[in-house]
Amino acid sequence: MLSIKNLQARVEEKDIIKGLNLDIKPGEVHAIMGPNGAGKSTLGNVLSGREGYEVTGGEVLFDGKNLLEMSTEERAREGLFLAFQYPVEIPGVSNMEFLKASVDAVREHRGLPAYDSVTFLKLAREKCKAVNLDQNFLKRGVNEGFSGGEKKRNEIMQMMLLEPKICILDETDSGLDIDALQVVAEGVNSQRSPERSFIVVTHYQRLLDYIVPDYVHVLANGRIVKSGGKELALELEEKGYSWIEQEGK
Amino acid sequence: MSEQINEYIKNEYAAGFVTDVESETLPPGLNEDVVRFISAKKGEPEWLLEWRLKAFRAWSEMTEPTWAHVKYPKINFQDVSYYSAPKSMDSKPKSLDEVDPELLKTYEKLGIPLHEQAILAGVAVDVVFDSVSVATTFKTKLAEAGVIFMPISEAVHKHPELVQKYMGSVVPQKDNFYAALNSAVFSDGSFVYIPKGVRCPMELSTYFRINEAKTGQFERTLIIADEGSHVSYLEGCTAPMRDENQLHAAVVELVALDNAQIKYSTVQNWYPGDAEGKGGIYNFVTKRAVAHTNAKVSWTQVETGSAVTWKYPSCVLKGDNSVGEFYSVALTNNYQQADTGTKMIHIGKNTTSTIISKGISAGKSQNAYRGLVRMNPSAAGARNYTQCDSLLIGDQCAAHTFPYIESKHPSAVVEHEATTSKVSDEQLFLCQQRGIDMEKAVSMIVNGFCKEVFKELPMEFAVEAGKLLEVSLEGSVG
Ligand SMILES: Nc1ncnc2c1ncn2[C@@H]1O[C@H](COP(=O)(O)OP(=O)(O)O)[C@@H](O)[C@H]1O
Ligand SMILES: [Mg+2]
Repeated sequence: MLSIKNLQARVEEKDIIKGLNLDIKPGEVHAIMGPNGAGKSTLGNVLSGREGYEVTGGEVLFDGKNLLEMSTEERAREGLFLAFQYPVEIPGVSNMEFLKASVDAVREHRGLPAYDSVTFLKLAREKCKAVNLDQNFLKRGVNEGFSGGEKKRNEIMQMMLLEPKICILDETDSGLDIDALQVVAEGVNSQRSPERSFIVVTHYQRLLDYIVPDYVHVLANGRIVKSGGKELALELEEKGYSWIEQEGK
Repeated sequence: MSEQINEYIKNEYAAGFVTDVESETLPPGLNEDVVRFISAKKGEPEWLLEWRLKAFRAWSEMTEPTWAHVKYPKINFQDVSYYSAPKSMDSKPKSLDEVDPELLKTYEKLGIPLHEQAILAGVAVDVVFDSVSVATTFKTKLAEAGVIFMPISEAVHKHPELVQKYMGSVVPQKDNFYAALNSAVFSDGSFVYIPKGVRCPMELSTYFRINEAKTGQFERTLIIADEGSHVSYLEGCTAPMRDENQLHAAVVELVALDNAQIKYSTVQNWYPGDAEGKGGIYNFVTKRAVAHTNAKVSWTQVETGSAVTWKYPSCVLKGDNSVGEFYSVALTNNYQQADTGTKMIHIGKNTTSTIISKGISAGKSQNAYRGLVRMNPSAAGARNYTQCDSLLIGDQCAAHTFPYIESKHPSAVVEHEATTSKVSDEQLFLCQQRGIDMEKAVSMIVNGFCKEVFKELPMEFAVEAGKLLEVSLEGSVG
């Protein structure tokens, strides 16, 4: 599904990702943990093709295709989804309009017909319900005045509508209370399938009680410094990151 | 991403073609003889010639206003031709069948077919080509309702009492430099009269087109809504792409008598100049309305064209309980400059006004809102609400806000809100990450920003306005 080999990337002349390897097979859930500033969000941005994030080495294959050659929107249309750590507001553009434009673009790319408005509205309402967002959120501006938790649930709602192949969730748990965390986790779990893979970036093991990963990796200093099964998360919770960071140097 | 935004600024102007018709064009220059020539050409009565000459003499003593936040080389008014008309119009065609097919083709290309069967259902159109009115459609249907809708040059002959009574009553000849110039040399424009108690059965619309090089366009529109009547009017404009700047100085006067309502919408798309700032229309326009007791006037404008815009559609709220509204979207791209806004002059008691202004700047453009709200000592209980929002695309453009508030009555309430925002890299990235390309993203964000104004436009024009913004922003992101 996604194969990252010796990836190196820099932001504003500063090397952040320094030779990262990761292989994700269809249906797998990989958790990436690591200290603040390790480069977790940077990895998501680089994989999404965000402007200003310069790849200086390595390669990434997405479903056998060269991901790094694709434009940002092409990657999205091919099925790469990034749930943002800090979702931005777009005042004046209704969530509904935004979602329709997004789903239309992705479906067109996949050779599928656009939904008519009525069918789409029904679908969007269903997904709202699934993440426990009131339907009114469809009419409001994208993330406009949403609480932190509502923004995160809105991200998951978008993920459900877009049916991506690989989902990168960047600290989707941060700022969520336990109820919201469960809703989000249930949303994610409902999307797990043998064809869909996940990269779950988190700082805390708490989320992984709900979204149980197949693998846990520790990202420090721009590299994966340790990998293991779900029990690694518990170990990290107990011991912190410093012992691994030492190992990584 | 800002870099990409800046790159995208390659404006395609679809209305930029030239029509190949033979025209009679006065040589450049302005003096009393030119004024006399124009008046004679139209066979005007003596009073109107005198009216024009009075304006000309006043204008000769005046100097150009320089207070607006715009910069352009000094205009040599002796370098402009003050009259141009297609020769084929000399014979005064009686119906569309007699109008030069080249002219009709021009309007078809612009998406404004003049054959009645092809016209947007329910919209009567008058079109002004350079200095003359080419065609007015749906005349008979309007006449049945008692509505008068015709070129002002024709109204001078057919309804002299109305023209003489109201022309200059809202914008006097000496009002300002450009209004005085217009009063001296105005060539044509539209005239509308809605009789007492009549709801105009269709939208009225005038389409202005500058074709000749080096000519100015000076049209005059006069709309009189008699007591208790209603009318909705739309104005559209385009011009060919030319390297030199061209002058457009119009005057629009609206009179809303007791209990009348006038809704005046403009979609202004004069040629804005090229990406280097060469060419484009200088749009110096005076638009003003007088609202009598319980009357209501709404100005809605979508301004995307012109190299320089200087325009302040205003309402004089003379009668008690009268209402004035101003809804504006002004978009500037490349090197365009706009200084636009409104004046709300509250004279009557309990008068109310609303101002919603949305300025969008892209490229290296300058976009200023300038608005005056004046509560006269007589305006007890008057209220104004002003909301003034600016949106920046890229980082080389600028937005400015100049609100002036003069409140001379203690019970008057004036509220003003202003915001400035930017189309941010984060917003564009979010859109792209969801598969939406950048042009669509910008257009969605800009349309969202303008929503409150677009909803004031007649339906079919709201759609058009949205598309126009899209085209005007073409190239403003990569
Ligand atoms: N857009 C940016 N501009 C400058 N520095 C950045 C940018 N994005 C990330 N960085 C830097 O890259 C490093 C990694 O940041 P980030 O990927 O956000 O870490 P994490 O998500 O693991 O906390 C930090 O030192 C951060 O300051
Ligand atoms: Mg982060």
